[in-house]
Amino acid sequence: MAAKNNFEKCLYCGGCVGVCPVQAITLKDTRLIIDPKKCINCGACVSICPVGANKVEK
Amino acid sequence: MEMKDNYDVVIVGAGPAGLAAGIDLAKEDVNVLILDRKQEIGCPKRCAEGLGLGWFNRLELKPKKEWAVQPIHGAALYAPNGEGVQMKRKEVMGYVLERKMFEKDMAIQAAKAGAKILLKHQVISAKREDGEVILTVEADNQTRTVRTPLVVACDGVDSLTAKMLGLNTKLDLNETDAGYQYEMTGVSGYDEHLLHLYFGTDIAPRGYVWIFPKRNGTANVGIGIGAYEEKTAKYYLDKWISEQDGLANGSIIEVNAGAIPVGGFLDKMEADNLIVAGDAGHMVDPIHGGGIGIALEGGRLAAKHALKAIKSEKYSNEDLEAYTPDWYNTRGNELKKRLKGRHLLEQLKDDDFNYLAGSITMDEALKIGNGALTKKDKLLLLSKKLVTRPGLVKIFMKYMKDDSGMPKK
Repeated sequence: MAAKNNFEKCLYCGGCVGVCPVQAITLKDTRLIIDPKKCINCGACVSICPVGANKVEK
Repeated sequence: MEMKDNYDVVIVGAGPAGLAAGIDLAKEDVNVLILDRKQEIGCPKRCAEGLGLGWFNRLELKPKKEWAVQPIHGAALYAPNGEGVQMKRKEVMGYVLERKMFEKDMAIQAAKAGAKILLKHQVISAKREDGEVILTVEADNQTRTVRTPLVVACDGVDSLTAKMLGLNTKLDLNETDAGYQYEMTGVSGYDEHLLHLYFGTDIAPRGYVWIFPKRNGTANVGIGIGAYEEKTAKYYLDKWISEQDGLANGSIIEVNAGAIPVGGFLDKMEADNLIVAGDAGHMVDPIHGGGIGIALEGGRLAAKHALKAIKSEKYSNEDLEAYTPDWYNTRGNELKKRLKGRHLLEQLKDDDFNYLAGSITMDEALKIGNGALTKKDKLLLLSKKLVTRPGLVKIFMKYMKDDSGMPKK
């Protein structure tokens, strides 16, 4: 299970990159990439997102 | 346009901190490379763009018309019941900036002084080898490496460079706010010479809504809330704007978002071959979340320590570690005090804010907040104001104890 980013909502501000405890997220200019192998589905990226662009799978 | 194989210093991130460091180092004839992953300097902003006059003075910065677009003469704070306290002075107390112009102006200064700037260049890995750092940089579908004895990481809240070099700069969710903002035009109903801050748990839990005016009928209208809130920052801001007559029919000309590191200060901001500054080093005011001035100051301090390392050709952790205490003595300790102030504000309930707005003047509030009063004077002032509010007295007493360095309960 890994977090998913909705690119239509995402404003690529990078907040989730900063709070991710396992460095699973990278921001490439206007594209957010979540590495499903690193992601621990903790939801930190969901909490910080100002626009609700990130979701974790249950 | 090409990147060379070696630089004396590589600065990652062309924001206020990185550019300030770049200008100072390039002026000293240091061979500087500034990399940024984005396609445009100063864009997209993650910022409300206010900069107080104190910063202009401290940094010997002269406001230019092209980027200091709105002079500000004070501030107005609004309690949840709508009651406000206001402080307005004749003289200018700060400016709202046009950051894309401000940072481009800085980039031009850096380039003029001899720094090389490259955009859409992303650092994808950093490792140490033979006392130097090898950065792998991705640009235009190609990967290239650059060697440098010193990296200055100013790559913002999404900083990975420092982490790649083993320095933990992770943001603590408890000390991070979610920010969201519209630059709006065709708006009205507020004094354009004041910053406006709106408080209340229904308006902005653990934070506030702001209007920072920019030129005629245009303003940054934004919000910062605690990261753990169930609903998003966007939800709260949209709701609030829809209830404001002067704003609801305005047009949005920019949408901004960002995380704000409001107090998870780093104990250590350097490592072998590495110095961190700006948002990447959590250099933000914990009360209002502003960080432009602090980042500029941090960038300059980073440049000072970088220059010392370059001149002595010594780049180890031990050679660089005077940077962190220097930062705390310059600004960090003051910010830590302000963090306590924020923790105090977080304990206030809506009716406390309403009561304070009705009984305390802005000048008094500022004096309590900025440390202009002695502890005894603070107690006297507060006891007069709070005599009928036992709950508030308890909270303030705890704050005063914290403030004096006594252990927390």
